[in-house]
Amino acid sequence: MLSVHNLSITFTMYTTGLQRREFTPITGLDLDVGAGEVVAVVGESGSGKSLLAHAVLGILPRNARVAGEIRFQGELLTPERQAALRGKQIALIPQSVAFLDPLMRVGRQVRRAAELGGSDGTADAAQRAIFRRYHLPDRAANLYPFQVSGGMARRVLVAAAVVSGASLLIADEPTPGLHPEIVAETLRHLRELAAEGRAVLLITHDIGAALRVADRVAVFYAGTTLEIAAAADFTGKGEALRHPYTQALWRALPQNDFTPIPGSQPPPDALLPGCLFAPRCWLATPECHAARPPLRPVRGGWVRCIYA
Amino acid sequence: MLEAEHIGFRYGPHRPWILQDVTITVAPGEIVGLSGPSGRGKTTLAKILAGYLQPQVGQVRVDGHPLPRRGYCPVQLIFQHPELAINPRWRMVQVLTESHIPSREILADLNIEPGWLTRWPHELSGGELQRFAVARALGPQTRYLIADEITTMLDAITQAQIWQTVLAYARRHNVGVLAISHDRSLLARICDRVLTL
Repeated sequence: MLSVHNLSITFTMYTTGLQRREFTPITGLDLDVGAGEVVAVVGESGSGKSLLAHAVLGILPRNARVAGEIRFQGELLTPERQAALRGKQIALIPQSVAFLDPLMRVGRQVRRAAELGGSDGTADAAQRAIFRRYHLPDRAANLYPFQVSGGMARRVLVAAAVVSGASLLIADEPTPGLHPEIVAETLRHLRELAAEGRAVLLITHDIGAALRVADRVAVFYAGTTLEIAAAADFTGKGEALRHPYTQALWRALPQNDFTPIPGSQPPPDALLPGCLFAPRCWLATPECHAARPPLRPVRGGWVRCIYA
Repeated sequence: MLEAEHIGFRYGPHRPWILQDVTITVAPGEIVGLSGPSGRGKTTLAKILAGYLQPQVGQVRVDGHPLPRRGYCPVQLIFQHPELAINPRWRMVQVLTESHIPSREILADLNIEPGWLTRWPHELSGGELQRFAVARALGPQTRYLIADEITTMLDAITQAQIWQTVLAYARRHNVGVLAISHDRSLLARICDRVLTL
């Protein structure tokens, strides 16, 4: 459904006066999501997760330059195609209620999404049906975003994305800070959408939430894909995981060892030529610092490490 | 001992009560967890405990005294979103040294890179900013720390870095901590006891 290959995003910014500075927050990023599949993208803030979503939707700011290729249903995603497909074939489930129009009743916003998705004339019926599907009471359609509870707002956001009939749904950080029951409900909705044959890309820093719903997990670090693993590989001490960073991430969870590795992710304007994780890696050798390791298949997954 | 007894709070005389008859104590060096569904007033309680809000009923006492009206508050609050708790017009070194000069060990434990000190807040990620917010709150006069979802927006490694630093500091300096979170496994891992609001 979606296939991203060797994606790079470079921003050009003015610093002082006419001095220009470039930085590349995403380099050599690979990912694919099939129909009927939930793929989670995990990584810390600044790893390029949300930029990937914006690149797929074609909503990057104008000072961004994109290299590499993004394909949707086998065909290259050009800016024209993105404009034609977003809101119809590709929809975003955003992070918070702040993405709803605060001055429009939520029912109208969902009807508008249905119209954009192509249900002209039947948008009313589509909105009522989607409200029933997500257990939103009929009277909720007349409420403004500030009047609905946090859990209801999440369901409105999912409803607005799903009512368009999109075959690829991108959920950007849909769970943090929510009560466990609402998290479970949101994740269940994503799973159901995949079961209907849609493709779901779940962007999150919460690896626990990702593992409860995803088929595969792509681990991002400093703007690149370090590993793509089956969710089932995250078990025990992480022996089945291929990249040292993924293992460290897994072990740092409170339900596992809760022991962090030192250091922090390199900033996008100071990337080294070698493996981006090498400065923090306990296995690193001089070869790791020499060149960026390619993404290669290992034990049914993909990894960017020469020692995996 | 940090004590809040029979706290009642509402935003106006005819508004609904947000907190009613809430009693909570945190002993020096104790790590207490607080969880509960959204909208139950966890953040409101955090603000009351740290002196940002005055309750209509009840009082907050630290070692037998009411919270000071001016000067350094012995109860420090760290928020979920550091980008809202940091002056956007200050460089990070000013943010860091607002109340005291944090020790080199704290900066090293929190993995604060020296190069970040000259940056502006908008140039750093949420995880990087939160490390500054934690270092800023761990002043020598801090006796109690209220951590309101401080790692909810962060990845597992940064979360473990921050919490291990806070726990070690609390142990060494006998600082009591109230950790507010929805993450049951986090609270089970770090807390001596967990309360539900």
